[in-house]
Order: sequence, then structure tokens, then C-alpha cells
Amino acid sequence: MTIKHVLSVILLSGALTVSVISCKPKLSDADLKAKVETAVGSNPNVLVDVKNGVVTLSGTVTTEDEKRILETSAKSADNKAVKSVVNHIVIQPIEINTDVTDLTAKVADATKDFPAVTATVNDGVITITGTVEQARIQTLKQSLDALNPKKVDLSGVIIK
Amino acid sequence: MTLISKYKVLIDTAKSSGVLDLQVAEQDSVLHIRGTAPNADAKNKLWDVYNQIDPNYLTGDVVMNVDVSTAVAGTQVRVKTANSNLNIRKGPGTDQLIVGKAAKDEVITLISRANNQWWLVRTKDGEEGYAYAQYLEPLE
Repeated sequence: MTIKHVLSVILLSGALTVSVISCKPKLSDADLKAKVETAVGSNPNVLVDVKNGVVTLSGTVTTEDEKRILETSAKSADNKAVKSVVNHIVIQPIEINTDVTDLTAKVADATKDFPAVTATVNDGVITITGTVEQARIQTLKQSLDALNPKKVDLSGVIIK
Repeated sequence: MTLISKYKVLIDTAKSSGVLDLQVAEQDSVLHIRGTAPNADAKNKLWDVYNQIDPNYLTGDVVMNVDVSTAVAGTQVRVKTANSNLNIRKGPGTDQLIVGKAAKDEVITLISRANNQWWLVRTKDGEEGYAYAQYLEPLE
């Protein structure tokens, strides 16, 4: 075998190796992070971190379902590149006041300056009837929403 | 149409105006929106957008409780009653004795937040007591 021969064999095998590697490009952590971020959507309270293909999710959501769905989405962002998902998301439920006594007292304070309305509280739902001036409906709704009720029903209100 | 898509513009506005700790969740067919706006203007803008989607808030499919981060102890707040004076009371509750009054547009000092509904305030004349927070707006 001449030296020329050996060289060409080495070059050829080198080319083969390069082509084999380029068939399986390894996704960088930064690229994978971007991919997972797209997959988990635009929730501003969820953070994505990637290290050696291991995805870590952190932040807050309001329900268990949401936490589970985000984990699934992160995994399926790239089944090959994602080695595993560490789910550190904390569930922070929406606070709702269903204490009738407490809510009724607070509703009385909120509606004190609206003598033409009647308010009832039932299972966390505030229902208002009567008449409210157009210019003041926002103030009333803001005051009632600030009490964290289940719902504020103004459908029976007549706007003057 | 889901509530999230009906109120998409509202949620997008909340995100783009820098509302902190933004929580958006649908529960029993009501969309709950919580968070802390960077200033009173940002909060007012959200309520305007909400009003555009649901005029006069009559549908009742949203409960929006957005606080303002600048409303902290020691800051100045403006009285924003419709036209009457704001009652300043001995304790946090409308059943409490009235100990002072602040005029519409008067600027008073927020001493502390007793709770989300009642804030301890002091007028320029030195009258001190509790006022209903809904009628107080933090200055920039």
C-alpha cells in the first residue's frame, strides 16, 4: 500500500465520520430552551431552564391541571433532546372568598354609597339589583371584585 | 368562545403593561384576573379595556382584582370620590364613627393599609383615620 493510498483511506474514513455526526446534530441547551419555551406557551409566570438536556420548570400556576399540562408540553417539545423534566412549578390557587358572613359585611361597606341598589350574597356570588349611574358602575364593580368573590352578577342592574 | 379568548386583549394588556404576579384562571365559568399594576394609570387602562369588551361589566364572567404597587405606606394618595367628601372613620368599617372628611381630589397621606378595603390615612389638617381604599388613588 502506498502512502497515497493510506492517506486517501484516512481522508475517506474521516469524511464518513463527519457525515455520520452531521446526521445526528446535537441540540444545544440554549436551542432546546427556546424550543421548550415555545411549547409551554406564553405563561409569564413559568420559567424554563435546560442543563445537559434536563429541563427544569419553575414558577407559579393556579391549578394542578395546568402544572401537568406544562410538563407534558415540555417533554413533547423534543422527545429526543429532552432527557427528563424536573417540575418545580408551585400551585398558587386563586383566592376566593366564600365566607358568607365576611363577604356580606364587606359588600355592605362597598355598596354603602349606592343607596339605589340591593346586594345579596350567596355561596360567594354577589348579585346586585337596582339602578346605578353610568359614571359610577366601574367604581362599584371594582369595589366588589376587590373582595375576591366567586362572581359579581350585575345583569339585573339598570344603568342610568 | 372560551373566556381566555374573549378577554385576550385584556390579558395581553395586563402582560404588556407590566402587571406583576399576574394570575389568570377560569373557575366555574368566571375568569379571575389577579395581579399588581405598576401604577394607577396601568390599572385604569385595564378597567377601560375590560369595559370595552364587556360594556358596564354586566355579563359577570370576569372578576378582576388588580392592586397598585405604588400604594405603599408613606405615599400620597388622591381622593377620587364621585363628588362628595370622603369619610374618614375611627376604624375599618362603615359602622365606625366618622372622625374626619377629605374633599374630592384632595391629596392625603397613606399611613398604612389595614386591609385591602380600608387604609389608615392622614389629612393635611392632621385628621387621622380609616378611609375606603376604592376612593383613593396613588399619585405617580
